[in-house]
Amino acid sequence: MLDIEKQFPGVKALDHAQLKLKPGTIHALMGENGAGKSTLMKCLFGIYKKDAGIIRMDGKEINFEDPRKALDHGVAMVHQELNQVLHRSVMENIWLGRFPLKYGLIDHKKMYDDTKAIFDDLEIKVDPKCIIGTLAVSQRQMLEIAKAVSYHARILVLDEPTSSLTSDEVEHLFRIMRRLCENGVGIIYISHKIDEIKTISDEVTIMRDGHWISTDPTANLSTDDIIRNMVNRDMSQRFPSKDNNPEGVLMSVSHLTGKHMPTCQDVSFELRKGEVLGVAGLVGSRRTELLSTIYGIMERESGEIELNGKKISNRSSRQSIKNKFAMLTEERRATGIFPYGSILFNTIISNLPAYEKGILLSDKKMGGDTQWSIDSLSIKTPSQKTLIKNLSGGNQQKVILGRWLLTQPDVLLLDEPTRGIDVGAKYEIYELILRLAKEGKGIMMVSSEMPELIGICDRILVMSNGHMAGIVERGKDFGGIEGEQETIMRLAAKYV
Amino acid sequence: MSKTKTGVQKESFGKKLFNNALYLILLVILIVIVAINPKFLSVSNIINILKQASTKGIMSLGVAGIIVLAGTDLSAGRILGLCAAVSASLLQSVTFASRYYPSITTPMPLIWPFLLCIAIAVAISAFNGFGMAKLHMHPFIVTLGTQLIAYGLCCIYIENQPSGSTQALSSLDSRYVNLATGSFNVFGLEIPYLVVIFLVLAFVTWIVWNKTRFGKNMFAVGGNTEAAEVSGVSVTGTIMGVFIFAGILYGIASFLEGARIQSVGTSTGINYELDAIAGCVIGGVSFNGGIGTVPGVVIGSIILQAINYGLYFLGVNSYLQYIIRGALIIVAVAIDVRKYVVKK
Repeated sequence: MLDIEKQFPGVKALDHAQLKLKPGTIHALMGENGAGKSTLMKCLFGIYKKDAGIIRMDGKEINFEDPRKALDHGVAMVHQELNQVLHRSVMENIWLGRFPLKYGLIDHKKMYDDTKAIFDDLEIKVDPKCIIGTLAVSQRQMLEIAKAVSYHARILVLDEPTSSLTSDEVEHLFRIMRRLCENGVGIIYISHKIDEIKTISDEVTIMRDGHWISTDPTANLSTDDIIRNMVNRDMSQRFPSKDNNPEGVLMSVSHLTGKHMPTCQDVSFELRKGEVLGVAGLVGSRRTELLSTIYGIMERESGEIELNGKKISNRSSRQSIKNKFAMLTEERRATGIFPYGSILFNTIISNLPAYEKGILLSDKKMGGDTQWSIDSLSIKTPSQKTLIKNLSGGNQQKVILGRWLLTQPDVLLLDEPTRGIDVGAKYEIYELILRLAKEGKGIMMVSSEMPELIGICDRILVMSNGHMAGIVERGKDFGGIEGEQETIMRLAAKYV
Repeated sequence: MSKTKTGVQKESFGKKLFNNALYLILLVILIVIVAINPKFLSVSNIINILKQASTKGIMSLGVAGIIVLAGTDLSAGRILGLCAAVSASLLQSVTFASRYYPSITTPMPLIWPFLLCIAIAVAISAFNGFGMAKLHMHPFIVTLGTQLIAYGLCCIYIENQPSGSTQALSSLDSRYVNLATGSFNVFGLEIPYLVVIFLVLAFVTWIVWNKTRFGKNMFAVGGNTEAAEVSGVSVTGTIMGVFIFAGILYGIASFLEGARIQSVGTSTGINYELDAIAGCVIGGVSFNGGIGTVPGVVIGSIILQAINYGLYFLGVNSYLQYIIRGALIIVAVAIDVRKYVVKK
């Protein structure tokens, strides 16, 4: 893959990215979140159309229009997200789109036998007739890998396949990968886990901000080399200096347990005024569920929340807003923005009662507040009437933050506030978070990016499988201390 | 696609043309109709079109809100039929021998049947809203059910006349009929009451949609239900409100439609919902939810009615008219969907 470029609205996701894969080797692709790893692979696999560049396979130029074509040409990919038809059986999912036929009808017996053969071969112990939705996430992940293998692909792309696997399962996966390599398959392996990469891969390509940085044999690289190439930024430059001053208890949560699984279990902690409290944990550790339960959009089974010493129920988002809570959701597109609403609409929607004069809304007040939000968050938009879908991710996120600032909350629950936005906008969001903390607000911030949590949080609450595994403190457990990520990672794995 | 400094995409001329393609097509159809028979553009024809567009247009205003919620309403037409039957039965002239209620011997004030129409329509529409908001059913299904129920009720009601007749309810009170036939004389131009009522209701709806908390909430729920929930919008309350508002409009439309057609039978109101939905779609209300304007609905309803009337005026085969109208709806929605397809 040479000089691949891809532009998304507002972000250049790939800029002269490249990758060379040799047959029979495992090639690790590394980079921070948003470095363009998945995007590059999606260009190869035909999910995205590249804007420029050349992809060659065995010296011949290829350009798959869709995943179907890629599969037909021996390129298979296991995605980060599981795309499965949950209500159908394991075997139907594996042969989806290419069911074996007999007299024009589906040959269930052949389908079963073929599935069984693949599973036996890969030592996967799952009944092919099982409904896929009833399986654990890690099992479903293995099935995706089995499915990719079933295409007899010559190039296999694995996009963070181990994020939900236990160490035994990872070992299992590595055995499968080594066997495939012996048969001449080339594997591109995307992962954040440096240890795994050093164990399994032959070569490492590192990307940063959509650029190709380096490709080296794994044996020549040390962990430090990899991190340096991936980040190449001083921590002090990536984050604004902290000048907030936490003091006094703002909110205390005790024994909080949600009603409907999966949810948080028996979580107790205190949030101080002016504090940025990070929430760390692995995928599926139910960090989002913790925030949602506090905010009342997920039902509470037991436990108490006190704000300024007063017990509050927060049974719905409306109550929570009245109690001066705000919540920025993880998936901006799915649960944050109103894509076909204007900037104004998106800004004022949580604060409507403030604009009512009698039964009518005051255009002047709404326009004024929207302008305040645009100015104070430096949102880049041609006008208040612009549809929010036309803004870049970072600006969309700022609009939603503006929406919540207007309600003048005391507690801000931010779920992955910097996901999917570029580096410059991230910095501005960090600044804003710290500014709010300085004003005495309490902020809880979920993030999957450890450096980000370490960079701006005062304390970090670590979730593990729905339980609180512990809280680490700046200056004591992290913040310029050797092995800081390890403490957190160890806690994150506590209840897995 | 060109880009401005802020990274916001500007619409190219081609895209603008495409986004307005529907209006252009409709304009061409109307021009063709006029070209074939220039008499189409007479004052009386235009007044007729506007009158016909009025009752269905009022209904469209109600349906539009539900479509903005990313729903739809298949029951609107039969609700209209049922309510119109009730109001017609109460407002037959007291001198008519085989009237529905022989016990009514003095003319009833118009306000009672009017309020009854609204009450019935609101009750059924609120039930639809309950199905969507609380039972989490797709409105297509709930309203399909209530469509049949309302139709059944309407037929039973009409076929249960004390005189034994199963004919359409006619010989209506002249005060009632006058609502539809009467007009204001504005500088020598006869503007029918119906058209004025339609425009007033459109204005009220515009206020509700754009200037009230309820209206903003409606667009929020339709545009992104989950985001609305997180933002503190009462999703259930908003859905119920939209259906009740629609019910009020259906009630008014049915009362007026009874007066307009002067003879309410079991077939009254059938397929009106399709015209109402088509009017909304032509007017740019998106089935994806969260998008639509009141002027769009008004113009959409009038254009649709103009084409219906034009085809009828030219004497186009009535089955062919169905085909043309069907094609029109498909083109309208196809263009609408193209606008919102996310390009990868």
